[in-house]
Amino acid sequence: MKYASLVRLVIIVGLIGLIEVMCRTGVITRFTMQPPTLILRDLADILVSGRYNAAIAKTLTNSAIAFVSAVVVGVAAGVVIHGVKLLREALEPLFATYYAIPVLAFYPLLIILFGIGDAPQIMIGFMLGVVAVIVNTLNGIDRVPRVLMKTARIARLSRAATARRITLPYAIPFVLTGVKLALAYSLIGVIGSEFIMSTGGMGFEISFAYNNFDNATMYPLIVLVLFTAIGLNMIVRRWERLVLGRRGMQ
Amino acid sequence: MNDAPPWRGPLLLVIGVTAVWQVLYLLVGEIALRSPAETVASLAGLLADPRFWPHLRETTLAFGFALLLAAASGLLIGITLGVNRFARDVAEPMLVAIYSIPKVTLYPILLLAFGLGISAKVAFGAIHGFIPIALFTMNAVRTIRPVLIKTGRIMKLSPPALMWRILLPAALPEIFTGLRIGFSLTLIGTLLGEMFASQRGLGFMLMNAIGLHHVDIIMSITLLVTVFAVTVSLLLIHLDRKLPR
Repeated sequence: MKYASLVRLVIIVGLIGLIEVMCRTGVITRFTMQPPTLILRDLADILVSGRYNAAIAKTLTNSAIAFVSAVVVGVAAGVVIHGVKLLREALEPLFATYYAIPVLAFYPLLIILFGIGDAPQIMIGFMLGVVAVIVNTLNGIDRVPRVLMKTARIARLSRAATARRITLPYAIPFVLTGVKLALAYSLIGVIGSEFIMSTGGMGFEISFAYNNFDNATMYPLIVLVLFTAIGLNMIVRRWERLVLGRRGMQ
Repeated sequence: MNDAPPWRGPLLLVIGVTAVWQVLYLLVGEIALRSPAETVASLAGLLADPRFWPHLRETTLAFGFALLLAAASGLLIGITLGVNRFARDVAEPMLVAIYSIPKVTLYPILLLAFGLGISAKVAFGAIHGFIPIALFTMNAVRTIRPVLIKTGRIMKLSPPALMWRILLPAALPEIFTGLRIGFSLTLIGTLLGEMFASQRGLGFMLMNAIGLHHVDIIMSITLLVTVFAVTVSLLLIHLDRKLPR
């Protein structure tokens, strides 16, 4: 596995090097792409000067709000839906087809409803993430062994106490799968909607730079978004492995 | 729950969604929403309008090409990685990373590379769709019983024949699941591409309608796309269940 990571690194560095050479020799024109070394220098420039700090803060705050509300609402909804059979039966086909629906196509509708502020963007991030959390919470609760539920009944725990003390702790590894997806989706939703139409944020700045042929701003910001997304995902993945390891599930 | 007819859940859902929609409409009013009945009527009007068809055709064409590309490249990559353990160890984290990044930010690069037009949309849709197809195919091929592959080797099948006659059929059910998810993501990618810097297509119409505050058009196109996505997805799920596992 270590060897595989090394090869992966070599491939990635090689690809970036290839792009660098192609840009420097003019195979790829400057209008299409900047050489990677130049992108990194511009990125450092941007971060040091703090020109885009407000946009970065806005995107991260909105994504965080979308992510946290998706997780909280998703887990709570999962617990409730698990308890009501008819509701679950009605929602099951929605969950099965939900990710076939292009949620971002609802963005224009949300703009009409809420105006072009932060709310529609947060809503899109939330809508993308919440169902992944619900589905995985349901999956986790389904797997709670019956003996644990019987024990809860013998101990006369109330419904809420059973959820808090038994069902949810048992379901955590499964819920985490949903949380991981919700993190990626909240970023995708917020940045995607900023990109399509908005008044600020990293996605907006990228599309603004694109419209002005400003590659010196566009490419560094794209790279920054990619670094942020990949970095956050790696952190959650590591955390997940830690939790799973403690349960002896990996 | 098990003896309920299979259509009861979807029926309850349709009734529920329509009811919530109607209540929301009554609360918000004419300025921002249309009622379910009005939306269906304006969608019918849109479909009868000959100016609408070129847009629908453009989106369908872009989506079709994107799906073909996504399926072909996804299957090829998935089978290659499924057969070769080392290549899998190297490539899987990269695929997962691409899956989790906001790919919209890459769209300007595609636009600069392909120019404004249908090819950038096709490429963008395909980039969204090929990853789940590749990942599912990879896992399906990886878990094929080794005896099947050994039999193929004994029969001296060439690599293409081995792929066509053994790997694909044996892994078909899981590949199908991957194709189903790839279908959805390709649709999302294509529409997203049209919503940014495009001159034609349903996504373009959506964005155009925001500027003109055409609530009718926004709602009927959103309804059309959603109904299409959900119907095809339900159909594919139904087919999926019928495949032998």
